[in-house]
Amino acid sequence: MQEVIEAPITGTVISVEVKVGDKVEEGDVLLYIESMKMENPIMAPEAGTVTEIHVSAGQVVETGIPLATLEYDKAG
Amino acid sequence: MVYETGFGDLTWGHIVLICIGLVFVALAIIKKWEPYELLPIGVGMVLANLPGTGLLQMPHQVGDEFGSAGLIGILIEFGLLRYTILPQLIFLGLGAMTDFGPLLANPRLLLLGAAAQVGIFVAFFGALALGHFGIADFGIAEAACIGIIGGADGPTTIFLTSQLAPDLMGVTAVAAYSYMAMVALIQPGIIRALTTKKERKTFMKPQIRKVSKLEKIVFPIFTTITVVLLVPRSAPLVGMFMFGNLLRESGVVERLSDTAQNSLMNIVTILLMLSIGASMPADVVMKPETLMVLGLGLVAFACGTAGGVLMGRLMRLVSKEPFNPIIGAAGVSAVPMAARVAQHIGQQENPRNFLLMHAMGPNVAGVIGSAVVAGVFLNMLQ
Repeated sequence: MQEVIEAPITGTVISVEVKVGDKVEEGDVLLYIESMKMENPIMAPEAGTVTEIHVSAGQVVETGIPLATLEYDKAG
Repeated sequence: MVYETGFGDLTWGHIVLICIGLVFVALAIIKKWEPYELLPIGVGMVLANLPGTGLLQMPHQVGDEFGSAGLIGILIEFGLLRYTILPQLIFLGLGAMTDFGPLLANPRLLLLGAAAQVGIFVAFFGALALGHFGIADFGIAEAACIGIIGGADGPTTIFLTSQLAPDLMGVTAVAAYSYMAMVALIQPGIIRALTTKKERKTFMKPQIRKVSKLEKIVFPIFTTITVVLLVPRSAPLVGMFMFGNLLRESGVVERLSDTAQNSLMNIVTILLMLSIGASMPADVVMKPETLMVLGLGLVAFACGTAGGVLMGRLMRLVSKEPFNPIIGAAGVSAVPMAARVAQHIGQQENPRNFLLMHAMGPNVAGVIGSAVVAGVFLNMLQ
């Protein structure tokens, strides 16, 4: 099953910690968004593989903007 | 020879307080714990406990003698004790820095900010009991100042204590700022003890309602008028807080808003925190009552957290949408640290969770709540 991870908050992407093809575990940090003077980690909700990254460091994102797409190991 | 230097007058009390001041400086620099507050507080403590400097001489103590009052003495007398200007100006800056959007998007969150004030009253009655049974020399004014530590709001604590029990000012303020700095250590255990894993995992949709500019402009005006009419003595804090917020939200006084948020805030922070650190001279602090103040302050903080979380559980029962009670802990104020704790625990339990914006609602409501309680105490006791 695939899921598009959306930005939960408006802010600036300060770093992307994964690349397409990376395997991630539940809770692994995908990227950081700076908002309200805080670095907010965006985590993988489940174990899977990164199939797409929609943003890059320095980009300003609004709430709801797609950040990355994950293909989960477990079929939903 | 040694008696002509400061060494001759140095006591063990001075040395202990100098060491505590240095620990604060180290925590600020190494651990980055509330550095904007703890660094100048630590330096103030060191300066206040170096004997024979004259820095703490207040103008009223030296009369008409020109040039004999010390800089920190002048700041404490005029900025805190006589006119309490500094905490009010801090509130102006805080108002300009605060976004009430998350609270306006879901005004029910105000209840969490209100519930978290319960800690103030627990510590208030605890201090009264200690005074009543002769264990400590606390009257009703001191009890109010100890209780307000549970509001987790430094300027509110300073404002109230400087008016009701000036002798306790340094201790209550340092307790408030220290516990705010340690919020990430104090709150998680209480949150976990009072909630189930299932509750903590609850996913709340990150999107909150978009708040219009008109709502953001009307809110500070409406709140000032209603709150100040209800609790007139809250005006110095609530009035300044909301004035600062109107500067921000009006959109027409960019320079004033910027000054309030940055230059003014920074200048007042330096003056206020230095004064607070210097309000901790050894002869005032090295008493058993100080430990009791710190202990009761911690109780207040913990009970405030518990009050917010329990109200969160209650709101979860009546809420139509999924509701995570962790955000109640942010009602103690300590902006934005307490909101960050809620966000961190929520995300740890469920990586899908992003509670920050939800937690900011009770967080800013807590600031208003503790300022109102301070006003209620002043109305009652002055």
